[in-house]
Amino acid sequence: MNLELRLPLADALLRLADDEMILAHRDSEWTGHAPILEEDIAFANIALDEMGHAGVWYRLVAELRGEDPDTHPDQLVFHRALDEFRCLRLVELPKGDWAFTIVRQFLFDSAEVVRLQALRRSEYPPLAKAAAKIAIEERYHDRHLRAWVRRLGLGTEESHRRMQAALDQLWPYATQLFEPQVSESELVAAGLFPASEPMAAEWAEAAAAILADADLKIPTVGPGMNGGRENHTDHLEPLLAEMQSVARLEPQASW
Amino acid sequence: MAGPISEERVWAELGEIVDPEIPVLSLVELGVIREVDVREDGVRVALRPTFAGCPALHVMRAQIGERLRALGAAKVEVEIVLDPPWSTDDIAPEARPKLAAFGLAPAPSPVIALEEILTAPRACPRCGSFNTVLRNDFGPTPCRMIHYCRACMQPFEAMKPV
Repeated sequence: MNLELRLPLADALLRLADDEMILAHRDSEWTGHAPILEEDIAFANIALDEMGHAGVWYRLVAELRGEDPDTHPDQLVFHRALDEFRCLRLVELPKGDWAFTIVRQFLFDSAEVVRLQALRRSEYPPLAKAAAKIAIEERYHDRHLRAWVRRLGLGTEESHRRMQAALDQLWPYATQLFEPQVSESELVAAGLFPASEPMAAEWAEAAAAILADADLKIPTVGPGMNGGRENHTDHLEPLLAEMQSVARLEPQASW
Repeated sequence: MAGPISEERVWAELGEIVDPEIPVLSLVELGVIREVDVREDGVRVALRPTFAGCPALHVMRAQIGERLRALGAAKVEVEIVLDPPWSTDDIAPEARPKLAAFGLAPAPSPVIALEEILTAPRACPRCGSFNTVLRNDFGPTPCRMIHYCRACMQPFEAMKPV
């Protein structure tokens, strides 16, 4: 690989890692609080899977940066400042009600299905292999979320109303899912990372079909919520304060 | 000092370490040991996670280090590898009955058409009945799911086919 592309590729993977890590944290907030026991188990697992996937991406970031893949991920998660996180605003939002959680997870995971298929073709073998591994696990998320979108979209008047309200609120944030990165053209030209535009189109079509089957209408929105991953919602700060609090109490502790 | 440990001895030792969450299977039977490489200065083991977020991975890693050092390996390197991805097909066929005896239904193998596998009834590991239904794609660990046996009128756990 062209050495000059190592750091841009690490930045691209850091975005994926941060998305998964922050979403995992939000998902974990349902542990012990989900509406039914089965979903308590399911969302604890989904949170754990996403955290595991974040770990895979963080390790690749470490390797590309020449850092230790065993220790660098913890540094990134627990000792990085707010303005250095590169997650989507979609994943920062508080967990909301169950419909909100389902719609957010569906939007994120359905985008991930498309992205992982494209990442499997990366010319950087460790990335292609990681994507293949994660794609296998994501099949279960995809199955689960599709079933819930359908169940709640076609369920009762109340469940449908809540799902539509969640979709109306979340859809503008979803435009950021495939926002091109600054150095995208170089990475795409080298075959290391897939281009955003075709993935965005493929995802929009697939997501629209599933939402339509659940009688949910995609809202018409303006230009959406682009504007860079340096910009965060006000919700990230308290999330990080909680997530990092224990590790920061004793930075030298081993776990 | 004794010469380097034989590769055979390392595999035998790994065959004695059990999965911390499924203590009836060894790491070798579970299929997570991808490679063993004995070198002059120590041993390198390539370990595959069953699931990327498996919390038992760190325990496995630590145990491999401890056990092989106790054998006399000066340096033990446990490398996490993802390729080829672990599959329930990698569980040793002769170890599958042990899973069922433990109350954990083994995954159908080979895992090809996932949707068909998941909609077909799995045999209850307790009574053998096929009058069962998938209750939850997720379970108490990332690699398990929950079914229900209508004959026993009890839930049971099964390996999640991947």
